[in-house]
Parts: sequence; C-alpha cells; structure tokens
Amino acid sequence: MSIERARLRPQNESGISPELCPRAMELVCPAGNLPSLKAAVDNGADAVYIGFRDETNARHFAGLNFNDKQIEQCLAYARGHGTKVYVAINTYPQPGNFAKWARAVDQAAEYGVDALILADIGVMEYTAEKWPELRLHLSVQASATTHEAVRFYAEQFGVQRAVIPRVLSVKQVEALVNNSPIPIEVFGFGSLCVMVEGRCYLSSYVTGQGPNTFGACSPASFVRWSETSSNLETRLNGVLIDRVNKDENAGYPTICKGRFIVNGETSYAIEEPTSLNTLPILPDLLRIGVAAIKIEGRQRSPAYVAKVTGVMRAAIDACIRDPENFIPDQAWLSQLKSLSEGAQTTLGAYQREWQ
Amino acid sequence: MAVTTSGTDMPVRLSLGPIQYYWPREKILDFYRSVETTPIDIVYLGETVCSKRRSLRLKDWIEIGERLRSAGKEVVLSTLALLEANSELGHVRKICTNGSFAIEANDMSAVQMLAGKTNFIGGASLNIYNPRTLKRLVGMGLTRWVMPVELSQDVLADFRQEMPVAIESEVFAWGRLPIAYSARCYTARAHKVPKDACGYCCIDYPDGLMLSTREDEDFLVINGIQTQSAKVCNLVHALRGSTASADIFRLSPQSEHTPEVIFLFDQTRKGALKADEATEELKALVSDDLCNGYWFNQAGMASYSATDSQ
Repeated sequence: MSIERARLRPQNESGISPELCPRAMELVCPAGNLPSLKAAVDNGADAVYIGFRDETNARHFAGLNFNDKQIEQCLAYARGHGTKVYVAINTYPQPGNFAKWARAVDQAAEYGVDALILADIGVMEYTAEKWPELRLHLSVQASATTHEAVRFYAEQFGVQRAVIPRVLSVKQVEALVNNSPIPIEVFGFGSLCVMVEGRCYLSSYVTGQGPNTFGACSPASFVRWSETSSNLETRLNGVLIDRVNKDENAGYPTICKGRFIVNGETSYAIEEPTSLNTLPILPDLLRIGVAAIKIEGRQRSPAYVAKVTGVMRAAIDACIRDPENFIPDQAWLSQLKSLSEGAQTTLGAYQREWQ
Repeated sequence: MAVTTSGTDMPVRLSLGPIQYYWPREKILDFYRSVETTPIDIVYLGETVCSKRRSLRLKDWIEIGERLRSAGKEVVLSTLALLEANSELGHVRKICTNGSFAIEANDMSAVQMLAGKTNFIGGASLNIYNPRTLKRLVGMGLTRWVMPVELSQDVLADFRQEMPVAIESEVFAWGRLPIAYSARCYTARAHKVPKDACGYCCIDYPDGLMLSTREDEDFLVINGIQTQSAKVCNLVHALRGSTASADIFRLSPQSEHTPEVIFLFDQTRKGALKADEATEELKALVSDDLCNGYWFNQAGMASYSATDSQ
C-alpha cells in the first residue's frame, strides 16, 4: 500500500467504521470470482462485494460467484490487505425456500464477513434476530428511495447503511442524505438499470425469470442470436430485442436496452447502451456526505474490475485531497469510456435532463 | 373481515384498481359515476404513477370516495409507487393521515408512515414475497396483501397455509400489468422532451402508448414513468375452482368498457357465465392478446388455458 493511500484511507483494520471519518468516501467494488476480487483489492478497493453460487443474490449467472471454500480464500486475501468483504444475499425468497436464504446468512455470518447486503424483510428479520452483531446493509434491491423508507429498515432491523436506487437527482440524493438516519451508498460506475431496482419485472414478463425471484435479468438461457440475409437479430425468449447489420456489434439483449418502435419511429425507446459514470459529480457526492461509492459489475472480467477500481481509486483520492479544484483526468474518462456499454457514459438520473 | 375462501362456496370480491393513466378531470368524474351502479365491491382511488398528474386534488378523491361509499362500495386511497422528491413524501403523508378511508401503501415510505398507527393495505409493489415478510408487516398493521404481479397461484396457495385467517389476499386479475417504474418518463422521451418539460403529454394516451418490437409485435405499453405489459392479464378462469384462490380479484380500469369488464367478472363469479365464455367476450373489449403466464409460474406474457397443468 502506498503511503499516499495509507493516509487517505480510513483506519478500518481495527473495525472503525469509515462513517466515523467524515472525509472518507468508501470505494465498494464488485467481485464475481477470485481473480476479480484480487484485482479489486490490489487496485485500492476499500470493500468488495460478492455472492454465493445460487439464486440468493441478484447476479445468479453460470460460472459466477463463490462456494464456501472460495469465501474463505476471499476473506483471507481481502483481510490481508485491509479490505472489507460484504456478501449480497439480496433476492427475495418465496414460500418453501426460505431455508436456503437462512442458510446463506448463517454461512456468511459464520465466516465473519464484514456485512450482509439484504433486500427481503423476512431475511432481515431472521438475520437481526439470529446474528444481532452482524452488520446489515440495505441492498439497492430493497428499492428504498426516500429517507422514510430508509428509516423503516434502520428502525426495524438496525440496518447501518443503505444503497439507493439510481432514480434520484443529485439534489434529491442530498435531501436523502440530510434526512437519513444512516449513511448512504450510491452507484458510481457501471451498467445502468433504468427502472427502479427491486421492482422491475420486465425480465420475468418475457422469460419467467427475473432479478427478485431468480437473481437474473434477461437470462442467457433465453437468448438467441440469429442471422438473416443481411442482419443479426437478438431475441429473448423469442421477443425481438434488436436487429443490427452483420458488421455491427450486437449487444446483449437486455430488454431495456433494445430498439423498439414507438409512434412509428424506431429507437432506443427506453435507454441506449451506456454506462453510468459519476466522475464529473464526485465533488458533489463528497460534499453531500455520501458514505460510499459502489461500482456495478460482478459479472465483469478481472481486467475490467482492475481498471475501473484503479481509476475510481485515483479519482476519489484526488477528489478528497482537493475537492474544490477536482477535474476528472482525461485519461480516466477515456479509460472508463472504453469499458462502457456502447462505449459511452451518462450521469443517468443524477442529471434531471436524463429523466 | 371475510374469512379466506376455500373452494366455490364463498364469494370472491371484485375490486377496481386505481386508474393507471392520466385522464382529464371530467373523464375521471364520469368514470366513477358509472362505477357506482356496477357490482364492484371495492374501489381504489388516487394517483399511483406520477405526482405531476393533478387532475384531481385529495379533497376531490375524498368526495368521490364518499359517493362510492354511499353507493355501498368499500373505498381505499392508493398512493405513489415510486417516490423521489420530499414534496411527494409530503403528499403521501397527507393521504396517510386523511382519516376517512383506508390506505394502500405502494412504497415502504408509506409503510413507515403508517406502521403501528393505522391499518393499511400492502400494495403489489411492496415486495412481500414470503409469509415471514407478510407476518412482520401484519404486526405493523397490514390487513390485506396484494400479490406482487409476478407471483403464481402456487405461491398464493403456500401463503394461504401460513397467513393469519383475518388477513385478505388480492390478485391483479385484469388489465395491463404494471411491470416497471423509472425516474425517466418514457412518454416524454417518445416526444423528445425531458420529464421536467413533459407538457403532460401522457394525457394523450388514455390507455398508454404502445411500444412494439422491430417486427411490429405489440410488446410493452409506455405510461409515463411506468412500463406496462402490452398483453392484458386475464385471470377470470381463477374466480371459481376447486383450489383456494385469492379473496379479492382486482380489475384495472381502461379508458373504455370497464363496466362491461366488471359485469363479465361478476357473472362469472356467480356461476352465471362460464370462464371460457367470459374470456371470449373480454377479448372483444381490448385491442391486445390476453395473458396469464405469471399465475402458472411462467413468463408473464404467456397464455395458458385453465386446464393446463402448472
């Protein structure tokens, strides 16, 4: 760890919460596998978030996530570098399979992870009762967009931090932080959900599998790419999501990123392929008192995680050092753009004009 | 409170969901006058989608509610599903303390305001997916559970095993399914304006704005910040049957023919009309295909006949 990073990072080895250090803004990075976790840790993440290899978390994809033994390896590596580990158990159990989520909670608790990221009230109740010392974070999947909603979870279950959906403008984030009883974590970079997280059923409408009940959006098993004489069509369970010329790149057919016809015009009617990038508003987020910046991307490669973490670490450090004069480095912006969907970025709902 | 139904003997109640679209004041007033004489049992009133839609103020909704109550209907005031601004919190708070009618909470902000103070109905967008969650909220005053739209009859049956007897269940049984909410207004986007300068263009689409695939299949309906299914959910076949079903079937208002929809569901629950016959007549009242996939634990857009096994 460089001296500079040691100075700027909060003293968390002894378990002191970064929320006690007013100038800190924790960098929380995704890890879908051990190499990605190492990439995040090595490039300066303050915390990493992971999930078990099943539908108890909202990135339930083949080849992703961790089994028991791997959780131990994660903890060992992260702890060795002073990085925290959060486990996402953020989907919604249905009647009859609650035991699976309870088991996931117990396993994570027994490993002594730093926090669980939860969405379901039943799971929160179970966790708060059985593991009262275990730190709880509210997942974006709980869809809490106001201080009253956040207060509900803080009062009922002792939740200590809330990750909020990407639906608020910067001013609204500020109002939320000012009125919230607990610190707030916001997304800072990555693929963008344009519908409020936790209450989107587009995927289950088309495929029968969605984020809440299955931990997946636009699941791969329903994807088909087919060639016509001049085009490449991408379908999800038979529904045509987009059509491109054979020499163009065909994006993954996430429903909300498709092209559709409205009033006779074909366009990205919901959203273009783009990634969220908050570098331009980092000083605002710091000033507002946002406690943590979350990077989306558990399904991404270790190289992606390494690059994004490195850029965000440098940017956050520079911003904390001199927020008044912070200007995102051109090199950072190009780096992030090259890693973005559609090779472009957006401020999303943080900016009113996007809404 | 009604005892939960188990079989064909107990009458299922019919409810009218809140109007999802932006209608002008006169259309709304006319609509509820026409509802007074229908056999609907419960009426949900209010704006649940966009706080910019202000055809009616709270006192207007309360007036409509009082008329409906005099006409023998149970009245519930419903609330916004997605809240972003402090002003919206203030508005929901006002509704929660109205004192005249029960409240449907569609966001946890409303639950926080109501918990331990007033009984409330838990709307479909509260994410109550298992009985443990339900019981926690029952302890705070929830008296009726509206199923998340993506849950199936199997899940309902499992819930009913564990639900306290006095707690009612309600299912979205007719209409375009609300399947997403956003900060972005897609009607405004289709008109190439931002939400803040929308010009209230969604008033031009009393049943929403169609979004089709590039091979011209109706796919989704844009309703401001809400996205709906293009296909119309139809659970009329589930009104009468040998397996336990929901206590209340919710019908979502459409710009035309809502009283006819109510009539057909009423005739079916009484046994005066077979579900298949009702479905044929219901089809004629909408411009899109029907669907019921979620009920059968499949893709929401799918359609199964009542005799299909799960």
